[in-house]
Amino acid sequence: MASIEMRSLAKVYPNGVRAVDGIDLTIADGEFFALLGPSGCGKTTLLRTLAGLEVATEGTILIDDEDVTTQPPGDRDVAMVFQDYALFPHMTVSQNIAYPLRIKGVGRAERSERAAETAGGLSLGPLLERRPAQLSGGQQQRAALARAIAVHPRVFLFDEPLSNLDARLRLEARTFLKKLQQSLGVTTVFVTHDQAEALAMADRMAVMDSGRIRQVGTPRDVFQRPANTFVANFIGATPMNLVDAVVAAGALDFGGFTLPVPSAFDGLVHDGDKVVYGLRPEYLNVSSTAVDGAVRGAVVTVENLGVSVLVTVEAGEQSLGAVVPEAEEPALGSTVWLHPVPGRALLYRGDDGELVE
Amino acid sequence: MSGIDPVVRQTLSRIGVYVGVCVATVFFALPLLWLVLTPFSKHPSYRATLNGVSLDNFDKLFHNPQLWRSLRNSIYLAGGTAILVIVLAALASYALSRVRIPGRDQLLYALLLLSSIVTGTAAMVPIFLMLYQLNLLDKQFAVVLVLSGGLLPAAVFMLKDFVDSIPRSYEESARVFGASPSQILRHIVLPLIRPGMATVGVWALVQVWGNFLIPFILLSDEKKYPAAVVMYTFYDTGGQPNFALISTFALVYSVPVVVLYLIVNKRYGFSFQGGIKG
Amino acid sequence: MAAPPTSRPVEAAAVVTRPREDSDVAGLGRWRAGAFAAPALVLVAIFLVFPALWTLYLGLLDYSLGGTTAQSPQYVGLRNFSDALSDPLFTKALYLTLLYVGFSAVLGQNILGFLLAWYFRTAPGWVRVIVNVLVLLAWILPGSVVAFLWQALLDRNNGTLNEILHTTGTAWTIDHPMIVIIIFNIWRGTAFSMLLYSAALSTVPSSHLEVARLAGARPWQQLRDVVLPTIRRHVLTNTLLITLWTFNDFTPFLITGGGPDNESQTLPVFIYKTALLGKQQLGYGSAFSLLLLVANLIIAVIYIRFLRGSKR
Repeated sequence: MASIEMRSLAKVYPNGVRAVDGIDLTIADGEFFALLGPSGCGKTTLLRTLAGLEVATEGTILIDDEDVTTQPPGDRDVAMVFQDYALFPHMTVSQNIAYPLRIKGVGRAERSERAAETAGGLSLGPLLERRPAQLSGGQQQRAALARAIAVHPRVFLFDEPLSNLDARLRLEARTFLKKLQQSLGVTTVFVTHDQAEALAMADRMAVMDSGRIRQVGTPRDVFQRPANTFVANFIGATPMNLVDAVVAAGALDFGGFTLPVPSAFDGLVHDGDKVVYGLRPEYLNVSSTAVDGAVRGAVVTVENLGVSVLVTVEAGEQSLGAVVPEAEEPALGSTVWLHPVPGRALLYRGDDGELVE
Repeated sequence: MSGIDPVVRQTLSRIGVYVGVCVATVFFALPLLWLVLTPFSKHPSYRATLNGVSLDNFDKLFHNPQLWRSLRNSIYLAGGTAILVIVLAALASYALSRVRIPGRDQLLYALLLLSSIVTGTAAMVPIFLMLYQLNLLDKQFAVVLVLSGGLLPAAVFMLKDFVDSIPRSYEESARVFGASPSQILRHIVLPLIRPGMATVGVWALVQVWGNFLIPFILLSDEKKYPAAVVMYTFYDTGGQPNFALISTFALVYSVPVVVLYLIVNKRYGFSFQGGIKG
Repeated sequence: MAAPPTSRPVEAAAVVTRPREDSDVAGLGRWRAGAFAAPALVLVAIFLVFPALWTLYLGLLDYSLGGTTAQSPQYVGLRNFSDALSDPLFTKALYLTLLYVGFSAVLGQNILGFLLAWYFRTAPGWVRVIVNVLVLLAWILPGSVVAFLWQALLDRNNGTLNEILHTTGTAWTIDHPMIVIIIFNIWRGTAFSMLLYSAALSTVPSSHLEVARLAGARPWQQLRDVVLPTIRRHVLTNTLLITLWTFNDFTPFLITGGGPDNESQTLPVFIYKTALLGKQQLGYGSAFSLLLLVANLIIAVIYIRFLRGSKR
């Protein structure tokens, strides 16, 4: 159980690439923390640097207030679960789980017992004498987890823990992992590229891009108030509407229609400012009859999402997406009126994409 | 955890590795030094030094007909074997790949086994005797036949692998167009397996170029000796060896093999084929 | 959910299973194919199969090329073999060969090749290139050339080794012939093991090594727990192959000639001297050749069995 603190952490490769570029981050003791981002954003490099598998080029890492920046991986008291589980094929499940204990010098009897105990807690009891090749994907994942748990580390590191499972199993495993972490209370950092996964499991998360953190916050913060257009675009099952506009006469001019400045941002922008208007399709209401202050447009595509429908509407020169309950699905080509749910719209600066504040 | 500070341990092991690598490098480089330096040395001797650079030694080599003759012999043996092996192996591997001859798989297995077991060393007695009784001793083409026989199993194996990987659709479409089997072979198949044949050919060349034992026991006229044997007898003729000649000859004799290896490596990478070498 | 049973047989019939072995696409036919394969097979039969079988027969005669037995070799049954097994020169040659194979191949080339491959994983590029080139050169240069290079290196009065070690006057090939050929063979053949182990090591998943590292395992523990179990097959096949080759290696002849006084006379050299030199006792020599063939057979069968087994 330990907190993790990273100060100005950077990992620079010999060819000059800054895979991790000046990270300042604190993860509280017992937190389930997600590192989220697209491929190549540096999240896995950051995780590996925490583990000690990559040596930090700049900055410091503190685990439980202890400077571990130069400590070799074996001494940091962290356990890592890899994407491919890395279960040794020539050892039984029990031997696999007991392996870190063996390295630490625990006697055979004791470590078998501890392995059995941990395995039991994860419903692996009857599988202890099997080889990894004889286990299913879900069982392998639990075995890899058991190996990490059995050694009672201060920190768990998970590298894309669910991506090797098939879709149905993945959802079950999400709940399972979340409950497990809560009961163990060990500080956990996990890496994922799946934003839904991060939102569902994490207590707090960091969204990364090109080696930098673009936003840190709870899933709710990140979803409802993305700090910049990158995060806004990345988070959410359906892409957020991000539309360019210019502030004119106290309103937003989208070139074809206008909308009022969202109340939360009143007074923060001035005429002539270029901004980006952000609104989730879920927060854009569609009606087939004209409504005061609504934007008029034509339906160009309709995509079935199951319980709801994603409608793309062309208004002026812009394309806007709106999510509509299946019962209210409009016809292709029909004219509709769009009006935003109050209090949900966001404004970003036109030049750097950061939230207007 | 352990008594030694990890940083100290790391430094010590790093030093150990550096020392080990240096020793290994010197170990492998030392004998080679002579080959690289002596041909260009003004006063060539056993010592690997370069006391004054000159190309006089090469001059002596160029004027020595015996040594050039041996190189020609090497070319004849290596080239002859390579050609024979390519042709026979191509025909056999194509047939074995495309047609289900009864007992084919057992045959291939037996071939593989054979080529590993019946080495030059193990067969030198019967081969010698056989050629003696057939009055084929001291005949270069007989050496070519013997060497080809030894290389063929592996060559057929390598080439068959290659032919197997060529899609049959090319031959099928040619057949539908009315081509006869020999036309298919000549127009379609052979051009397609050219890279495979080239690899086998180069491999055979390299094997024969350096082969000492077979020509040594089967040839007695020193005018027929290939470079491999001459290189040995050169030294063996008592007294001080002629360093100028030996060093340049060794270098010239070695260069083709190195060049061939580089070419094959660049084109095809190095594949083991179950480890077939000498 | 279940399809009506009547549609099943129709579906099955509709799926035409194209025979995979319908590969005689050029229409060669069995006879012509046989004709194509024949020349190669004939050559192999004459120069590989026949000699092997003939050795068996020859070993039962007292054939030699000079003297009375040349004209009418007598059938002597197994006398050659019993003589062979009790011939002190033979047992010595066998013993020396086992030493040669054991130290230079099973231990020397194997270990050095592995160490180099292991080191190459983390070595800087230029170091890897240089060492690679040197090791490979030692392997691909013609045998007679490298034999002479070592003669030059080890020469008593002017050799480079004596100069470096300040031991001028030491006749290495005379005083320590076995050590010389063993070290020579390590030098000569390590390249193959190095290449094979390089390929083998690349199959070890890095995540496995990292798990061990995170558990606190030292490099030797990682080797023991992750690497060696993973490449066990490669170790075995490599060892078998280099054992086979070294057992049949004739190169010691080029360096020490089997001497001095048969001190470094391995089996190949012994066979040559017995059968093709001096008295040219072909019958006797065939007995040894047969024993060598049998030894090769055993090693090769183990190897090929293993190769097929691991293909699964």
